Amino acid sequence: MSQCDSPDLKQRLAPILQKHGRDPTKVLQILREIQDTAHCICGQSIDLIAEHLDLPRVRVAGVAGFYSFLAGGQACGEYRVLFSDNITDHMLGKAELMDYFSKKLWLEPGKVSEDGLVSVDSTSCTGMCDQGPAALVNGMPLTNLDENCLDLICELIRSRKPVSDWPPMLFEVQDNILRKDVLLGEAFEPGAALKATLARGPRETWAEVDKSNLRGRGGAGFKTASKWSFCHAAIAEEEGHVVCDIGDRAERIMVCNADEGEPGTFKDRVLLNSYADLVFEGMTVGARVVGARRGFLYLRGEYAYMLGKLEGVLQQRREKGLLGKNILGEQGFDFDIEIHLGAGAYICGEESALIESLEGKRGRPRNRPPFPVTHGYLGHPTVVDNVETFACAAKIALHGGEWFAAMGTGQSAGTKILSISGDCERRGIYEYPFGTTIRQILQDCGAEDPYAVQVSGPSGTTISWKEFDRMIAFEDLATAGAFMIFKRGRDLFQMARNFSHFFAHESCGFCTPCRVGTTLMQRIMDKIDGGHGTASDLEEMKNLGQLLKTMSHCGLGTSAANPVLDTLNKFPDVYEQKLKALAFEPAFDLDGALATARRITGRDDKEAHLGAES
Amino acid sequence: MSNTITIDGQTIPFQEGQTIMDAALAAGVYIPHLCHNPEFTPHGSCKLCTVTVNGRNVASCTMPAVEGQQIANNTDELNAKRRALTQMLFVEGNHFCPFCEKSGNCNLQAVAYHLDMMSPHYNHFYPAREVDASHPDILLDRNRCILCELCVRASRDVDGKEVFGLSGRGIDCKLVVNSSSGDLVDTDLAATDKAASVCPTGAIIVKRHGFSVPIGQRIFDHKDISQVQLEAAQKERGHE
Repeated sequence: MSQCDSPDLKQRLAPILQKHGRDPTKVLQILREIQDTAHCICGQSIDLIAEHLDLPRVRVAGVAGFYSFLAGGQACGEYRVLFSDNITDHMLGKAELMDYFSKKLWLEPGKVSEDGLVSVDSTSCTGMCDQGPAALVNGMPLTNLDENCLDLICELIRSRKPVSDWPPMLFEVQDNILRKDVLLGEAFEPGAALKATLARGPRETWAEVDKSNLRGRGGAGFKTASKWSFCHAAIAEEEGHVVCDIGDRAERIMVCNADEGEPGTFKDRVLLNSYADLVFEGMTVGARVVGARRGFLYLRGEYAYMLGKLEGVLQQRREKGLLGKNILGEQGFDFDIEIHLGAGAYICGEESALIESLEGKRGRPRNRPPFPVTHGYLGHPTVVDNVETFACAAKIALHGGEWFAAMGTGQSAGTKILSISGDCERRGIYEYPFGTTIRQILQDCGAEDPYAVQVSGPSGTTISWKEFDRMIAFEDLATAGAFMIFKRGRDLFQMARNFSHFFAHESCGFCTPCRVGTTLMQRIMDKIDGGHGTASDLEEMKNLGQLLKTMSHCGLGTSAANPVLDTLNKFPDVYEQKLKALAFEPAFDLDGALATARRITGRDDKEAHLGAES
Repeated sequence: MSNTITIDGQTIPFQEGQTIMDAALAAGVYIPHLCHNPEFTPHGSCKLCTVTVNGRNVASCTMPAVEGQQIANNTDELNAKRRALTQMLFVEGNHFCPFCEKSGNCNLQAVAYHLDMMSPHYNHFYPAREVDASHPDILLDRNRCILCELCVRASRDVDGKEVFGLSGRGIDCKLVVNSSSGDLVDTDLAATDKAASVCPTGAIIVKRHGFSVPIGQRIFDHKDISQVQLEAAQKERGHE
């Protein structure tokens, strides 16, 4: 029985509702906690939240239906096991393990067990690609899964042991830092960058960030100093930039984007786990420069297990006078950081969708202009930067802009942290100066007979073995950090198909091309996979790809076709060998349609199939 | 001359604060659109109104007009993409024009004709979508919904009720209503509300009026949608 059915729901939810007050921006946080407590979000819960926050019910229901972890009103088990679905997990046996686990528990993936005890499903990449196959159980990360491990988990679930009492070794997550440079290599004294900032002055610190040529590490590579100056109209004016009208909302907001949802990326997890002070200090430096008093860390739901630790770091910083009022004794230097949890939505990594989510709404990218730097969180000028960008900013505040600009290449100053996974001996975190070649990286991580690399995740670029002399840099291969290696013999079609499923699942549904186009793409890839593809399907995918690229609302849609287009272009044979030698093949799979009948009758013999022998 | 933009070689004036769509409609230039309705805050979701501004594609209903913009609109390339988007809208829902009450008054159907859409091209999804006939005066047929959120905007911004909203994500997005039961009858929607009459397709229709205007005498039976919408914009300007 789902706990939502219990008559005392109102009493049980009261503490959660009270804790968050009557602030409508807390809708998502409240829904998350209710999901964790009640294992579903029933209609009555939505009524109670709407009433408590004085919001139209339909708005709360809209949020509840948007985020994957909120299960959209469907119940999930007291134990909810979500297997990470990235291609790297698949390469390590995800499908077989999930099947093994489901059979052991007599479960069908996606459904709750009869007794309501357990449910098993897939989820988008959980950011553990260097230690997969991975999964989440009630939000806690499971890594390096194998059958023995799953046997133990089955026992723990059957004996109804609370997840908090499970052996801690199950939840061990390694940093796996294998190459350090200036960001990861040097010890950092909390407060050092802030002291340097105060000594130098905010305007001068901005000038150092400008001089450093630091560009955003989330992938797009926008110059950080420009972003900060747009948010600070006075600096923008002095610099001769277009001064945007920031209206009467003078309060500025600093947001750290830790919604690291790009499959294959996990470097922000490591930065937050072991370098949180550096990141928070970077945010505080930025706050000093633009004059922000409020900051948010938007932490992806998959990393909720780090919440306690990060809250601890924030608290220590408050105690040391590095956050809060009059930071380091400087009158009027007030800044604090609040952590906001996501709930399973890749799109919230897009800055305007992230802001919508921070406001407690559906994570839907906004129309721009206006841009967040002038009209962001609740209309306030808002800077949204990546975790790694803030870590760089702290180092720049400490060592100066020239020091930073001297590293890397002409257009890409500094270093880049890569998350390396897939076919290599040493998976993990590598920090390289920009300009390092793919060949060098492959050699360092022990990749044997590499055939292709997916740089910057599904939304990035697929490169073939012919291109290994290309380099990591904005002027060549821009990357947010993902680096997935595929050795010779891997089926790159399956990689592209996996990514097409990912985008269809993560499309927010706002604009027509992405909502429908990603699903059409996924269906054609499945059709080809099922042995029914034809040459015209390949043409159709190229057309769909162009439509997605040119007509979509945001970066998710414009990059959703990249893996299919790149593999079609560079590895056409992986498609061609799967095609039927026909000009046309109906999309409707007649034999597939009989699957239900076969299941009902318990038959799977040749006579129960249509035309399968051909 | 200042405050002008150029659409397909034609120079047209704009006023500060206008979008490209606003300026175009005022100047008698038609840009195909579905989720846009000049009476409401621009939304920018259907993407039919995408134009190319200085080489970049943007939704003309949300993009502010800026001095000197060189805009491509009525080109074969853009119209082909608009046709593809319209086809996508047809196949993701269940649109059966021959027996739909809205046929002839439907913007989706009319845009499809305007763009010479001769077939759905893509495979139909045949989604299972709910029909809500609970309300005594209004029918909600989600099979025909194109997620333009005009009803959402009308109910929130004009009626002050917020009867409609979207839930779900991606291809599972769906229109939901503001009641615990999930039924339209339990909301405060009235047949006289703007939200009850704003739907560009037949997803929300007032009951018992489905065929009060016979087929053959309907809005788009004798006029192309471009003509109808430009005339409406002209009339609106006359009122100002």
